[in-house]
Amino acid sequence: MTFADIIKFVETKAAGKSSIIEGKEVILVSPNNWVEISTLLKNESKLDFDYLMCISSYDKGDNKTYGAAYNLFSTTINHYLEVRVETEDGTAIPSVTGLWQAADWHEREAFDMMGLQFEGHPNLKRILLSEDWDGYPLRKDYKEPDYYRGMPVPKDKTYWD
Amino acid sequence: MDATLLEKFDKDNIVVEKLDDLINWSRANSQWYFQFGLACCAIEMMATAAPRHDLERFGAMPRASPRQSDVMIVAGTVTLKMAERVKRLFEQMSDPKYVISMGSCSNSGGPYWQYGYHVLKGVDLVVPVDVYVPGCPPRPEALLQGLLELQKKIKTETPLRKKA
Repeated sequence: MTFADIIKFVETKAAGKSSIIEGKEVILVSPNNWVEISTLLKNESKLDFDYLMCISSYDKGDNKTYGAAYNLFSTTINHYLEVRVETEDGTAIPSVTGLWQAADWHEREAFDMMGLQFEGHPNLKRILLSEDWDGYPLRKDYKEPDYYRGMPVPKDKTYWD
Repeated sequence: MDATLLEKFDKDNIVVEKLDDLINWSRANSQWYFQFGLACCAIEMMATAAPRHDLERFGAMPRASPRQSDVMIVAGTVTLKMAERVKRLFEQMSDPKYVISMGSCSNSGGPYWQYGYHVLKGVDLVVPVDVYVPGCPPRPEALLQGLLELQKKIKTETPLRKKA
C-alpha cells in the first residue's frame, strides 16, 4: 500500500488518533494513542507491519519535547511506514516490546541516550553507558562532566595556542 | 676480565656477558602481547600478527590472559567505560610489563578529542605508556616499528640494579 492508502486505512479503523506531519510521509501519534495504533499496525492483516526496523530518538530543542521515530516494514506486503511519537515533560511512551521483540534494545538505547521513558518495558536500564552515568548525552542541553570516576573527560587545552 | 678466566673459556663455545644484558635480551625478544583490541586498530594488529608481517619472528605472540603477557597493545578507542577495565587488566599483568599505545584514539582521543563525552583523551591518563604509535589506524609496519622501539628501550634497562 502507498502512504495515502495506509493513512486512509488507519483513519477508518481509529479515527482522529493520529495525524500527518506536514510535508513528510510520517504519522504523528500521541503517547496516549500509541498502544492502540501500534496494535493496529501490527495485527491488521491489510497492514501487517511485522518488522520493526529501527527506533530513533530525537530532541526538538525546546528542552521539553522529545520523540521516538519508529520505522516499520511489512515483509509480506512490502510496504513501509514511519511513525513518530512525541512526548513532553517526561511523559512515558508505552513500550512496544510486546509487539516487536526488536524494540527491547532500541528502547533501552533511546532511554540511555535521550532519556525517554518507556512504560511497560521489561528491563529499562542503560545499555551503552555505565549505569552510574549522569545525564543523557544526546540531548541538546547536555553538558559533559569534568570528571568521570576520577578520569578527566574534556581535553586539557591549557597549554595550547 | 682476568686472563685465567678467559683462558678457561677460550676453547669452548661460551660467551661471557653481563647478566643484565642476558635478561634484557631474553625479555626484549619474547614480548608476548596481550591479545585484546578495542576498535579498528585491532584489525591492523591482527594483520601485523598474520603471516605477511608476522610478529612472531620477533618473538611476540598473542596471549589471551593478562597473567601471561608482557606487553599490552592498547589498540583502539578507550571509552571511559572501558578505561577502568584497561587499568584493571594492566594491574593484573605481571612485571615486567610494558604498554604500547596504538593509534590516535589511544594516544590522544583521536577524532573524539574535542566533542567525545565518552572517550578517554589518551590512555596515558590511566596506564603508563612506553611507546606511542601514531596513525589512524597505523599500518602494520608502524606497529612493527613501535615494537622494535620497545625492544630498544628494554635493552637499555638494568634489571639487576636499581633504576638510575
